[in-house]
Amino acid sequence: MNSAIWFFNFVVRLSESSHSNESQHGHSSNITGIPIISFKWHHVETPYLVAFWVLVSFLGKLVIEANHHVTSVIPESALLICFGFILGGMIWAADKVQTFRLTPTVFFFYLLPQVILDAGYHMPNKLFFTNLGGILVHAVIGTCWNAASLGLSLWGCQMGGAMGDLDIGLLQYLLFGSLMAAVDPVAVIAVFEQVHVNDVLFIMVFGESLLNDGVTVVLFNVFDAFVSLGGPKIDAAEIIKGIVSFFVVAFGGSLVGLVFGLLISLLTRCTKNIQIIEPGFIFVLGYLSYLTAEMLSLSAILSIVFCGMCCQKYINANMDENSVQTVRYAMKAFANGSETIIFVFLGISAIDKVIWVWNTGFILLTLLFVLVYRFIGVFFLTWILNRYRLVPLEFVDQVIMSYGGLRGAVAYGLAVMLDENKIKEKNLMVCTTLIVVYFTVILQGITMKPLVMWLKVKRAAVTEVSLLEKLTNKMFNHTLVAIEDISGQIGHNYMRSKWKYFEENWMSWILMKPSARKKQDQVFDVFHQLNLKDAMEYVTEGERRGSLEFVRNENSIIDFKKKSESESFDINNANMSNDHGAMSTTRDPIPSVSLEMHEQIMKAVREAEAINAHHLLDQHLYKSRKQHRHRFSRSHFDINRDEKEVQEIFQRTMRNRLKSFTSAKMGVKPPKTIVKHTQKEQQQKMPNGKSMDKAKTSYSGDEGLYDFSFVHPAGIENPAFMPDLDPMDLLQIPPWLGESELDSSMVALSHRAQVDLPRTPSNLRRLAPLRISTRSTDSFTLENIPDTQQMDSDQLQPPPPPPRPPRDDGYV
Amino acid sequence: MGSSSSSRNKIPNAQELMRQTGFSSAHLLRLHDRFESLDRDNRGYLSPDDFEALGGLAMNPIGGRIIEAFFSSGQDTVDFSSFVRILAHFRPTDRNRNKEGTQQELPSSRTRKLKFAFQLYDLDRDGKISREELLQVLRAMLGLQVTEEQLQSIAERAIQEADLDKDDAISFDEFKKSLEKMDIDTKMSVSFLK
Repeated sequence: MNSAIWFFNFVVRLSESSHSNESQHGHSSNITGIPIISFKWHHVETPYLVAFWVLVSFLGKLVIEANHHVTSVIPESALLICFGFILGGMIWAADKVQTFRLTPTVFFFYLLPQVILDAGYHMPNKLFFTNLGGILVHAVIGTCWNAASLGLSLWGCQMGGAMGDLDIGLLQYLLFGSLMAAVDPVAVIAVFEQVHVNDVLFIMVFGESLLNDGVTVVLFNVFDAFVSLGGPKIDAAEIIKGIVSFFVVAFGGSLVGLVFGLLISLLTRCTKNIQIIEPGFIFVLGYLSYLTAEMLSLSAILSIVFCGMCCQKYINANMDENSVQTVRYAMKAFANGSETIIFVFLGISAIDKVIWVWNTGFILLTLLFVLVYRFIGVFFLTWILNRYRLVPLEFVDQVIMSYGGLRGAVAYGLAVMLDENKIKEKNLMVCTTLIVVYFTVILQGITMKPLVMWLKVKRAAVTEVSLLEKLTNKMFNHTLVAIEDISGQIGHNYMRSKWKYFEENWMSWILMKPSARKKQDQVFDVFHQLNLKDAMEYVTEGERRGSLEFVRNENSIIDFKKKSESESFDINNANMSNDHGAMSTTRDPIPSVSLEMHEQIMKAVREAEAINAHHLLDQHLYKSRKQHRHRFSRSHFDINRDEKEVQEIFQRTMRNRLKSFTSAKMGVKPPKTIVKHTQKEQQQKMPNGKSMDKAKTSYSGDEGLYDFSFVHPAGIENPAFMPDLDPMDLLQIPPWLGESELDSSMVALSHRAQVDLPRTPSNLRRLAPLRISTRSTDSFTLENIPDTQQMDSDQLQPPPPPPRPPRDDGYV
Repeated sequence: MGSSSSSRNKIPNAQELMRQTGFSSAHLLRLHDRFESLDRDNRGYLSPDDFEALGGLAMNPIGGRIIEAFFSSGQDTVDFSSFVRILAHFRPTDRNRNKEGTQQELPSSRTRKLKFAFQLYDLDRDGKISREELLQVLRAMLGLQVTEEQLQSIAERAIQEADLDKDDAISFDEFKKSLEKMDIDTKMSVSFLK
């Protein structure tokens, strides 16, 4: 910590000395010899300082976040401001002048855009648009009310003499009011993110903070112009122009943002080949939308917000998963970083003697009015709104909305932008702004959480969304549209369904990749997410249960996320994982019916329990592996592969046990056969209409065949497992038989049996289980013989019809 | 509403309906007008084809079910009071619970709304949503985009999640429980019916 401070001081001295003594860092005219190393501060000054300050801010954040107890009481933003105070103090002590402060240019061009882009990109659109009416009312009317009331009251107080000798014109007061009026998005995010209030409340405050920029820009510019023009020149025409400019600025800004958003969506549709820099487009175009709006004197914040909001759906659909993650994280990183720097500099900027003008009356009255008028404004507007809202805003929500009207860096930036020639009391205004900002961010920030808890505000529901919820949600939407149709009125839902129709058929068609369009279903999405979640749970579960080595190993292979090199499986596994890798990159995101398999397996398990404990153990063992495997599978292809591998492991362990059993009944082979077939049957069990899985089956079957013969300890060449077997043969042995034969794997197959089996593939394959069953001491399998033939005939029809599973289960 | 008194007389049991459903008389009149406009042959009751004449319903994936919901248990006509009673389900739930205890009986109460939703699933009215019924709903709402096996998976999963007594079907209580976090009041209310 000490060293940090020393280094910090060092750099500060460096920078200030660079300002003063330029001649020291010599230009080449004075050299007397070749410098081996020279100190070129000038060379790197600007970027160095920038990087240095970023580093300092981040270090500050690091220090602050070290202790969670502190940050849960005092919001991070407040702590960052205090950190800024300390830093400012150090610089002041070193320099006697404030060399660093938050300049409007840096703030508005380099620090603010990322925060707003992040806000727009992560905006919950549906929630936003549902409450759009309320948000707009508060943003527009509320801000105007705040500005007007504050300006007028202050002016009134000045007239009344409460501020001493101050002499500021009414217009200047109105200007001050307009910059003070806006609720700041950065501050709102910073404070509300810890508090987790319910969605509606949050979106009302947050949406208002974003949309009121349109109003702020207009008001500020209009009053600035008025101040320049002077009082007498203001007539009706100017006022009308002011009002018109509001609409132009607000809608124009939004339009610019929309255009850029569409542009981004279109671009991501074509960027398949440059996936690595795909994320870059969003940032660049977002920033350009901000700058374009700024250039056209439209509302830049509105522009970038709408850009983010418009494109989020399409870029998430079009871009590759990795790119989406990159965008998400990078955006969060930039936004958070910017926020940190903003707050630190807000703190530093305060420690500057030059700007400090103190007028108790002015400052205190401003604070008072800001708070009071905020409350009045919110309550009044909400009262009106509640008469039209479906779900009225509750009283406590309104209190929090009023209390959450935080002012922040935007107000400060605007204040610093005031022209001191026109406005003599600029410094006073800057100071007041700073004090109001500190008050709201620090004090209101600290007390927000306790207030929320004390008032028992409805908190954000931790949504663990179930499929039934999503489904019913959708059904409700349709129902409401129908009811509106029946009762003959055009309502909210009618509009929404019309918009959805338009959006799905036109916009998505243009802006989304065809492959992405197909996957655009919410219920399906939830299903997919739930599957993924299950998969992750099974991975952790499997790894926890150390004894199930199979599970763990198989998990390491199946886990697509990490293409792991499996340890004990030599080439086979190398092949497997490579193929897995290949499989996972050909992103087939539509998960297949793994869960249904699971259910059937579970049923099968339950029935087996009734029969034989011996079988039971085997089957459980076997089934649990299957159960995991199927959960993970993304296509049938993979299932088979995984099964093969697990079989291998299984076989190996079994073989070890077999060595102790010297029964001449059967060798190792039938289990392999059976197992292999079982896998096929597993596949068959799954109602799959995809014929391509068949082809894959054969392929994987071949590979499996190869594998088995490779690892066969006896080294018997097993023609049964040669690649020329066609899948149909393999399919002919019913799974139930296969499974039940598992116990017979305890017994060693004679060489003769092994060799004999494959001679006449079709016949003997069918006979093989029969033969096994006759030899087997297992009466269980004997019972099932008659059905074998029946099953076979069934299986001869390709592809087997889906509702086979119940039958299979019955025999287990 | 100049003709209100005479119109109200046209509606049988107006007071009774208003009390039972919570609609105001203005609303009731509006709905009566709508009823009459739907009832093209002026028979005093509606039949399924009157509903089907509404184009929007035909395009609605669950339009058929909603129409069926109006016709209770085998009847094929809907008179005005049944019409109003069904529509009353969609009134926004009254938040002021400090009224008389008849709050629960109002069709617009949360339980009644859920019951209505339940009946949209449970076509055979046996009190349980079986897998087949769930599949039908899924097929209706997702059919084109999702394959059959995925639908079955989804149905399976949904039942797994909601089915607490493991009878492989969702009873009304299980349905209610699984949707307890959902804001039914907003999702199943139409504002103009307030």
